[in-house]
Amino acid sequence: MATMIETPGVTVTQNEGAGGTGERSRNLILNMGPQHPSTHGVLRMVLELDGEVIVRATPDIGYLHTGIEKSAESKYYQQVVTLTDRIDYLAPLCNNLAYVLAVEKLLQLEIPRRAQWTRVMLAELTRLNSHLVWLGTHALDIGAMTVFLYCFREREELLKIFEMASGQRMMTSYFRVGGLALEPPLGLLERIENFISYFPDKIDEYEALLTKNSIWVGRTKDIGYISPADAVAWGVTGPCLRAVGLPLDLRKDSPYSSYNEFQFEVPTRTEGDVYARYLVRIAEMRESVKIVRQALEGMPEGAWKADAPGVTLPDRDQMKFSIESLIYHFKIVTEGFNVPAGQVYHAIEGPRGQMGYYITSDGGPKPYRCHMRSASFANLQALPKMIEGRLLADVVAIIGSIDIVLGDVDR
Amino acid sequence: MNAETLAAHPALQRLVESVTTDRNEVTAAALRQNWRAVAEAMRQEGFDQLCDLTCVDWFPAEDRFQIVAQLHNTQTHAWLRIQTRCSAEAPAETLSTVWPAANWFEREVFDLFGVRFAGHPNLTRMLLPDAWEGHPLRKDYPVEGYR
Repeated sequence: MATMIETPGVTVTQNEGAGGTGERSRNLILNMGPQHPSTHGVLRMVLELDGEVIVRATPDIGYLHTGIEKSAESKYYQQVVTLTDRIDYLAPLCNNLAYVLAVEKLLQLEIPRRAQWTRVMLAELTRLNSHLVWLGTHALDIGAMTVFLYCFREREELLKIFEMASGQRMMTSYFRVGGLALEPPLGLLERIENFISYFPDKIDEYEALLTKNSIWVGRTKDIGYISPADAVAWGVTGPCLRAVGLPLDLRKDSPYSSYNEFQFEVPTRTEGDVYARYLVRIAEMRESVKIVRQALEGMPEGAWKADAPGVTLPDRDQMKFSIESLIYHFKIVTEGFNVPAGQVYHAIEGPRGQMGYYITSDGGPKPYRCHMRSASFANLQALPKMIEGRLLADVVAIIGSIDIVLGDVDR
Repeated sequence: MNAETLAAHPALQRLVESVTTDRNEVTAAALRQNWRAVAEAMRQEGFDQLCDLTCVDWFPAEDRFQIVAQLHNTQTHAWLRIQTRCSAEAPAETLSTVWPAANWFEREVFDLFGVRFAGHPNLTRMLLPDAWEGHPLRKDYPVEGYR
């Protein structure tokens, strides 16, 4: 292969013929990104083209690498929660959830039902939030600008709900080891109820704009196909895997945080193309609304954090009158808590697929090793399988359809 | 599939040092020379999805790198962790011939830990620039002062 030219943007290089025959092939190398709006961040794609057909696609990542796994090794377990927001910044609460579940598994903590249900409810709202950004930007890439504005209108209300619960719109850090950061405020459930009462109509609105739109169907149908066998072998998870007909969803298969108490369907399609992924995600949004509604109707009363004095912070009221509470607060904040030695891997079904945390503890107050298995990373690895043999114009549609977040890929 | 049925599996008995269950998670520890054979046996056993592959640095222990892979059976939804120990001088074999998904995970481990995988098709830096010196997730990598 000819050497790549370093300038950003689009660069065209003549390629030497393969096999050392001295013959110059007609293939061109096209550099796409890393500063390219349709790559959803900073992804660089090196495309080898024969005319308009892509012979080989090589994703080049790392432009957003921030060393979060290394940072996590120098922070107390509770402090790492704030780092997990910043990995997949479109689904911060799902990241929080995967991390705290992993640490709670290490500690073998029992979490009160109210905290579990609140976690489920907010994780599903996060899924809606993430799918809305995906739908808006994916449609924008293909040329449908209205959808973007509609999606961000609804997302704004979701961000306000997150702000109401946690005080932050995006970097929420609302789930903590042992429960929640704060008691859910008064009026939160009413606000969520109001949102999900009108949200299904909005999904109909998006579908009216896209599902039967001949331009949309023409740009997405029969494009970016991946076979079920390839999808499993390449570690594809989430909506991309369900779009090839495999009903794999960790919320059903390995239920966590009381997901087994909720009734919902796992939408699948069998076509395995960009359009199928679109339909799967739209159907998932409707299922998420169902889960949130069940959570609102059956929200249990009671404690919102575990009764684990050395791990969860004491109530602020008690701290003013009880010296033990004050001591615990001081010790947890200044020196963290020790976690029994061992290793765990806990995976949840994030909006993009399997979001897993592998944590090794050496018995100290900081993770000895904290590895994030991000869905975007594994899904991106399978991207060349979907792109190769397709036309250049389809690349943008296919990248949009796997819904990557580069913060999630590079960590 | 629980730890007992897994531990009784003939291929595992022949290849694996120990099978342990901790916090409801099954871990099979293999010797380095059996690493790929264990992976292949487990692939045959139905663990068709490699979910994660990473490394833990136990510096200054001998064979300091612990390679850990999380396997998932998409039919029975069983989980299994396989692990082995290796050093920078004596690498383990690649699993990318067993599960193609291992390709990038191993590249990432090579990039951040400097662990090689014998037979890997494209073991190059992935997250860090090509000219980067050192492997930052090693425990002896300096985290403050001048590098």
